[in-house]
Amino acid sequence: MSERTGSGAPLLEVQDLVVHHGQLRALSGISLRVYPGDVYAIIGANGAGKSTLLRTIAGLHRPTGGSIGYEGRDVTRIRPEKRAMAGIVMVPEGRRLFPSLTLEENLKVGATYARKGPWTIERVYDTFPFMKDRRGQKTAQMSGGEQQQVAIGRALVANPRVLLLDELSLGLAPVIVQRIYGVLPQILASGVTVLLVEQDVSQALRVATHLQCLLEGHTTLEGRPSDVTAEQVEAAYFGMAGAASGHPGEGSER
Amino acid sequence: MAWVNAIIQGILTGGLYALFACGLSLMFGVMKVVNLAHGDLATIAGYVGIGVIAATHMPFLWSVPIVVLVMAALGYVLQRTMIQAALHRGELTTLIVTFGLSMVIENGLLQFFTANNRGLGVGQGIVTASFSIGSHIQIAWLLVIIFVLAVVVLLGLQYYLSSSKYGRLIRAVADDREAAQLSGADYRHVFGIAAAIAFGTVALAGVSYSMTTVIDPTTGTDTILLFAFAAVVIGGIGSLWGTLVGGIVLGVAQQIGAQVNISYEVLAGYVIFLVVLVIRPQGLTARRSQS
Repeated sequence: MSERTGSGAPLLEVQDLVVHHGQLRALSGISLRVYPGDVYAIIGANGAGKSTLLRTIAGLHRPTGGSIGYEGRDVTRIRPEKRAMAGIVMVPEGRRLFPSLTLEENLKVGATYARKGPWTIERVYDTFPFMKDRRGQKTAQMSGGEQQQVAIGRALVANPRVLLLDELSLGLAPVIVQRIYGVLPQILASGVTVLLVEQDVSQALRVATHLQCLLEGHTTLEGRPSDVTAEQVEAAYFGMAGAASGHPGEGSER
Repeated sequence: MAWVNAIIQGILTGGLYALFACGLSLMFGVMKVVNLAHGDLATIAGYVGIGVIAATHMPFLWSVPIVVLVMAALGYVLQRTMIQAALHRGELTTLIVTFGLSMVIENGLLQFFTANNRGLGVGQGIVTASFSIGSHIQIAWLLVIIFVLAVVVLLGLQYYLSSSKYGRLIRAVADDREAAQLSGADYRHVFGIAAAIAFGTVALAGVSYSMTTVIDPTTGTDTILLFAFAAVVIGGIGSLWGTLVGGIVLGVAQQIGAQVNISYEVLAGYVIFLVVLVIRPQGLTARRSQS
């Protein structure tokens, strides 16, 4: 497809990323460009490599090839905690809160190495009103949806420039998923760019400004949600032979 | 009356055992490192204390903070180098590495200090001072001081872990080091701080022990490590106050054993250790884990 009319330089630029889990090749040359203000959605079936991609961008996996650029510099070899301090902050799959810490302590850990920015613990309490009264509670006693919101809050207080969201909807009821995605506009309005991974395609299509579909470590479709048809998405998602070829948005072009 | 005396002496000795145990418990709770060199490190602290006093002739009390700081620094460095490298290769490797460290320390001490036993020259005043309750119970001030020290150390540790920035990070890293990294925390540095604290308590344990009795290069493994293990297991792994409970139970069991027959002293401690391991493997204070 044509180059996106992003505002200037990309915030995050991944080029030909190759990642192995032992002998297994999880990503085979993935490229993407995330511009400031994007809601960039990576979709794909189980095992497509979505989480691996996000975890590699966060620094938790070492790529065997390719590069990751952030704010114009190469961060491929930089440790995950340094990336977090620089503004690449991830909400990991399965939430991964600190179970022996209270809600507020979880947020305080998130704020320990925070960049300067608009997000504070108070602002998180304003955004997720249930938290304030329960700040002293251990998060293990909370529901999945509440825990997911705490995980988002813990990432926000670090004042990310790009927020990586890994499978927010996993294991949550649709109503809860709706409510969680309901705060996305507030997050975007604060100047945060979002790169998200989502198995729930319809949810991803609702919020995304840009879409990329992975299948077995390859890009099978890329484009603006308005530019792709449901058939194309379906074909790219399930990997139907022939259906995904020869249409605009083929990943190999970028 | 003899039994009451045994119980009181046992409780007080428990304070010393809690000092032995809390560093071991902290290292296991945070890094999942079973530090087999724990006892030898306490012995080193004793020797460092003896060395500092011999070299500088400073008063004993002044030497204590120096020993604690030296050991804390050693803890940070060892954690960031050897132990971290071992952790990287799997938790089992830390057992082998700390076992090796234990042997190196023991033989190094034998080389430099010979197998002769030594005590800290603190002056007979503190060591022998005691007070009486009634006509049968005599309590050594030194044991009381060590017990109070243990409680103060545990209180301080609890306060630090619950209220300070690094205390919070230590707990967070113990829960999930990867999630802590995603929040910008370098878990290796946090591990280093936890090790420094653990080694600081080890230093206090070593100094306290070498005041109550004499030490030799094998004391660390033969006595301190085993008692520390027993106290941790009895009290509950990873629980700070559990180490005090465990230490007291161990101390009382030993003293009661000794009251029955002096040769049963050590045996009685291990019998209690085994009984707890069989009946309540999670320890006396730990809650049963839900997961």
